[in-house]
Amino acid sequence: MIRSVRRFAGAPAARRCAAAVLAAGVALTTLTACGSDSGAQTLTWYVNPDGEATNRATAERCSTDGYDIDVQLLPTDASQQRVQAARRLAAEDTGIDLISLDVVFVPEFANAGFLAEIPPEYTEQATGPDVVGGIADTVQWNDKVYAIPQWANTQIMWYSKSLADAAGLDMSEPVTWDQIIDAAADNGGTVGVQGKKYEGYAALINALVMGAGGEIATNLEAGVDADITIDSEAGDAAAAVLEKLSNSPAGQPDLPNSNEGTVLPYLMDGGGFMMNWTFVYKGAGYTEEQLKDLGWAMYPATVAGEQARPPVGGIDIGVNAASDDLDAALAAAACITDEQSQIDLAANDGLMPAKSSLYESPELTDAYPADLLALFRESLEQGGARPVSAVYNDMSLAIQTSWHPPSSVSSSTPSSSKQFIEDVLGGEALV
Amino acid sequence: MSTSTVKSGDSPEKQRESDKSRAENRLGQKLVLPAVILMLLVTAWPMIQALWLSLFQYRLTSPDDREMVGLNNYVTIFTDPIFWRDTGNTVMIMVVTVSIEFVIGMAFALIMHRVIFARGLIRTSILIPYGVITVVSAFAWQFAFSANNGFVNYWLPFVEDNFDWFGSYGSSMVAIMISEIWKTTPFMSLLLLAGLAQVSEDTLEAAKVDGATWWQRLYKVILPNMRSAIMVAVLFRALDAYRIFDNIFVMTRGANNTESVSFLTYRQSIELLNLGMGSALSVVLFLSVLLIAALLVKVFRVDLAQARGER
Repeated sequence: MIRSVRRFAGAPAARRCAAAVLAAGVALTTLTACGSDSGAQTLTWYVNPDGEATNRATAERCSTDGYDIDVQLLPTDASQQRVQAARRLAAEDTGIDLISLDVVFVPEFANAGFLAEIPPEYTEQATGPDVVGGIADTVQWNDKVYAIPQWANTQIMWYSKSLADAAGLDMSEPVTWDQIIDAAADNGGTVGVQGKKYEGYAALINALVMGAGGEIATNLEAGVDADITIDSEAGDAAAAVLEKLSNSPAGQPDLPNSNEGTVLPYLMDGGGFMMNWTFVYKGAGYTEEQLKDLGWAMYPATVAGEQARPPVGGIDIGVNAASDDLDAALAAAACITDEQSQIDLAANDGLMPAKSSLYESPELTDAYPADLLALFRESLEQGGARPVSAVYNDMSLAIQTSWHPPSSVSSSTPSSSKQFIEDVLGGEALV
Repeated sequence: MSTSTVKSGDSPEKQRESDKSRAENRLGQKLVLPAVILMLLVTAWPMIQALWLSLFQYRLTSPDDREMVGLNNYVTIFTDPIFWRDTGNTVMIMVVTVSIEFVIGMAFALIMHRVIFARGLIRTSILIPYGVITVVSAFAWQFAFSANNGFVNYWLPFVEDNFDWFGSYGSSMVAIMISEIWKTTPFMSLLLLAGLAQVSEDTLEAAKVDGATWWQRLYKVILPNMRSAIMVAVLFRALDAYRIFDNIFVMTRGANNTESVSFLTYRQSIELLNLGMGSALSVVLFLSVLLIAALLVKVFRVDLAQARGER
């Protein structure tokens, strides 16, 4: 090949042509290499990095004589996952058949026609009575089912028992944000939350607002014309919590940049409280010694006497509407969300089942303390979902923009953010 | 080096010369024509597409609601405080980083020009940062400034050990600009080095004999003779700096109001999949870059043809 190119030296046009032919040849070889060599068809499943190893094993288990399930990894960051999924699905990329979707993105994708409808034989698995709490709602859009839940996630309050004891808090009873911020501040500890400008911060704000009995928005089917209701007493209560935390010594030094990972060391170094997902028990990397001091309780109440509405999340499996073989992809989706897969994810990775009955399976009762399992399920049942809207992403970005950094939050934030969210949805403001 | 001052009423000889140069120009135009056509095919289509899209309210996730809104997107942009805030940020980053880079880059260029021993080693080590991919250098600096595992806080005597550089606007901007300056100063010094090579040693010698100090030689001889090289260096860097994206994306994700215009454009078109508004912002960004280029060429009063040594 090289010699044939060299022979053209001195004739630039011909050389360019040869180079193009060469490049095309390389591309062709690569394309052929993409095909499966076993003769079976390949289904490509894009997974988020949580529980990747377990998902790879599940993919192998769910591969049949008819198809192999190939696993591709999405980025770590939820918004980056959404961007990559949306761009591929919008382009009707047939190189993607199954996709792990954060629960908040399903309505948007379903509304855009990116996802195949789940046929009746699988809807029981997706939305049956055994599906925990509000998770069944996350896979439905306009009374149709567009995804199957794989695992459910919720935030509980993790705390150091020694600090709670020192502060004299009775953790068996519901506690409020006020109480834990004061307890941490008085005892040299901190309260860890997700304060970075990202989806985790929007989840925190939603939990605070719902915990005070309010909602960020209602009439969500109206899309961009939804009623924004964050400017309410509940919104004020949520703002008061953030204002108090960011002005308190209990606020962590990197509060405006904190995420699920950065809050982990603070809990064990200085003691205190941490709002975080279920993975902490298995995946925080705490030592045996540290785990002895680790306590857990229901998410704190925004207002004393009101029930807390902890953040809920998780992963639903959607099927690309443009997939080459929808039937195979749907069958594969049902398999990778089956009970075995949910139990494996919970036992190996701390990602809890979306089905309520599985919390009693022996694999889980062996892997977790009974009270922690009960707390996870209770927290999921009690949890407050983020607005189920086709324009949720815009809402979330508008909230993040108007409520960040936490130190800028004041009593006027709810009303200014209502105006801003409305302007953004109406296309009258940039976000 | 001054622009030619040929007056009208040229001699026949001059006339012949301009005939010749006109013919050369025509030949030149013919020679570049295929390249121009190819470039138009590759670049003009996306540009026209962006212009067309910018007249729509169009989201990738709700394709059915696509609606022609005329110049509404532009009205929204130019009346939006976030756009002006981001433009302010971008201009500030451009002015501050390019000025500092120019000073440091000039010093580096003088060192690289005059160095006698270990010439290759010194030149290479000065150029290393430019060989690092921007995203990598942004991550490196982000880790360096991190409150959790960075070393900057321990090195700086007047900074608390747990100071969060990315916690507020000012300190975030400092971190972003330091990363940008570290990364691109070598490029500036490389272009300035090429300019330094143009300065004739004879003139410098003459100035020295006349008793000019080092500063006088720098200001009266070296810099004026490097004007076109300086313009090219400043122009390239200013345009690059105006389109800053990677450092901000990696270090703050636009938090604490540290967004640039490119970042805003990215968010509208990629993150929000708002193709109409994203395209309108791209058009605005493109026009701003053109404007900056035109302004710089005017400020430096450099004839580009002259800079290439054609006249």
